[in-house]
Amino acid sequence: MKRLLISLALAAAIPAFAQEPIKIGLVTALSGQSARAGEAITRGLQVAIDEINAKGGLLNGRKLELLRRDDESIPAKGVIAARELYFKEKVAVLIGGLDSPVALAIVPIANENKMVFMDPWAAGTPITKNGAKDNYVFRVSAVDELVDKAMLQYAQKVYKAQKPGMILVNNPWGESNEKGLTAALNERKMKPAGIEKFEGNDVDVVPQLSRLKSAGTDVLFLVGNVGPSSQVVKSLDRMGWMPPIVSHWGPAGGRFTELAGPSAKNVHFVQTYSFFGNQSPVGQKVLKALMAKYPDIKGAGDVTPAVGVANAYDAMMLSALAIQNAGSTEGKKVRDGYYKIGKYEGLIKTYNKPFTPQNHDALTENDYVWAQFIDNQILPVGMHK
Amino acid sequence: MIGSALVSGLGLGSMYGLIALGFYVTYAVSSTVNFAQGSSMMLGAVFAYTFAVKFGWHFVPAAAMSLVLCALYGLLVEIVAVRPFARRGSNAWLMATVALGIVADNTVLFTFGREPRGFVLPWASEGLMVLGIHVSKMQLAIPAFGLGLAALLHWFARGTKYGKAMLAVVQNADAARLMGINVPLAIMAAYAVSTAFAGAAGIMIAPLFNVHSDMGTLFGLKAFAVAILGGLTSAWGVMLAGLLFGIVESLITAFLGSSYTQILTFTLVIVALAIMPNGLFGRAELKKV
Repeated sequence: MKRLLISLALAAAIPAFAQEPIKIGLVTALSGQSARAGEAITRGLQVAIDEINAKGGLLNGRKLELLRRDDESIPAKGVIAARELYFKEKVAVLIGGLDSPVALAIVPIANENKMVFMDPWAAGTPITKNGAKDNYVFRVSAVDELVDKAMLQYAQKVYKAQKPGMILVNNPWGESNEKGLTAALNERKMKPAGIEKFEGNDVDVVPQLSRLKSAGTDVLFLVGNVGPSSQVVKSLDRMGWMPPIVSHWGPAGGRFTELAGPSAKNVHFVQTYSFFGNQSPVGQKVLKALMAKYPDIKGAGDVTPAVGVANAYDAMMLSALAIQNAGSTEGKKVRDGYYKIGKYEGLIKTYNKPFTPQNHDALTENDYVWAQFIDNQILPVGMHK
Repeated sequence: MIGSALVSGLGLGSMYGLIALGFYVTYAVSSTVNFAQGSSMMLGAVFAYTFAVKFGWHFVPAAAMSLVLCALYGLLVEIVAVRPFARRGSNAWLMATVALGIVADNTVLFTFGREPRGFVLPWASEGLMVLGIHVSKMQLAIPAFGLGLAALLHWFARGTKYGKAMLAVVQNADAARLMGINVPLAIMAAYAVSTAFAGAAGIMIAPLFNVHSDMGTLFGLKAFAVAILGGLTSAWGVMLAGLLFGIVESLITAFLGSSYTQILTFTLVIVALAIMPNGLFGRAELKKV
């Protein structure tokens, strides 16, 4: 009788174990200046997770469950949250890194403990190119050095740039892009008209811009978050000089038109996706799901910042394929599962072997789209007549 | 390039001067200052934004109400962070004013939010051509307002009996009291005027900048350097030092590049003070022991 009871208890426990959810961790800024972007990442992940769960989950019916933690854009808080999600919650994949410094702080934890870290936003080049022998960090987002190449390509193609000048925020992000832009120019045997830095809190950038103007700058390369970028645009307005401005994606992070005024529309910046215009079947499906789940989304204009939603959606779908390929949630197997992904029709593009041991970035410079602010909406360049 | 650098320098320098005048006013009356003048400047901008943009008031009443609230904040600074320490001969007001500034910054961060907001005044950003240089109306208004205020302050301190009464307080508070001067009131008034000046600077800079909780930090620091450079005992001196600081800063950036701006500007301040310890326009004080 006792044996029978034990057997019955075990039999009952087996399906319960099979139904145990696969935990997906998210570490991002959910409060403060970047809260909107953190919410966009959450929504992209949640829509993907709902879709996967509706199809029966992964690994013989295990549903996915999202666990979120707020890093407040502070690396130390990101590290604490990452440790908790990896070691206590045993997440199969940790997604996160809205800010490059936070992502860079999490990278060594992932690599040392052989646990997967997927970055859907932060663009710092060394996040995926981190020099680790055994690399567990993947990304579905823009990469600084590729953005820099794309900025030059765009400036030459659209504005026939001969002597671009750089106006860069004086911090590690600006520095990283100075290297990237200089390398991109060197590749094409070009030299910048000038390289100028400005502080995030500078009121007046006219002296720096005057130097660039005197040096014959024909296109401005701008790198800075939304506040500092708006100071550059306002200073240009005061000078009465408005050269074409090709920018990294900083302006997309906030109320750029409110801060920079009517000239905000002159800044063309890089994005990875836009929900405006003709959508692929995947685009239509995701937009429909977003509108059904979130009452504040009435149309494409309400999906903001769109890159957060799109990158996170594809990052989750590719991670699900990796788990399925691995047949397990164990770190090393999941990591190798990413390398086995073949063709996948995603939101941003159709991926074809997106990851290899040598390449942990799914997007290239050919996947970027160029956008501008028209009033408070980010539209692809040329859409607004 | 020189022309536009000069215009930029004059605008920024006037801001530094205006905030530094606040240091002068309280120092002249009580030999104490509010080290967190940057926070007072930030409050001026945040109040004006709230009234003008959120509540939809006309700019003039919004600015006036902001200045009144800044003056009230000045009274709070004096009562909470200066008087209890100065009365006992302690210099702890140095730290107390900094602490109160941090409290103000964080209260605004919590209530106003972390996201910078734009304070757009279309007439302020309208451009004009002056001697072939493109300048905005606000860039011309700021130095005019700053110099006008310095002139008014100079006249008030030297030409009116109230001004003389305030200056008497610092020379000998006991004697001033015996002569019927309300010393605590004079000091409170000085603090109210001081923070109102910083608030005025905040309101004027807001359309050129963005409104956020830490917008005043760097300004406050530079304004203090300007106050020391000017000499703290002369309203004109402080204002002129502000203009000089702003112009030098802009010219260094324009001719040598922004990498050198802070290094050279602050090196020049140290050199100037080493040669003239009482500041460019200050007078040596006589201290009876």
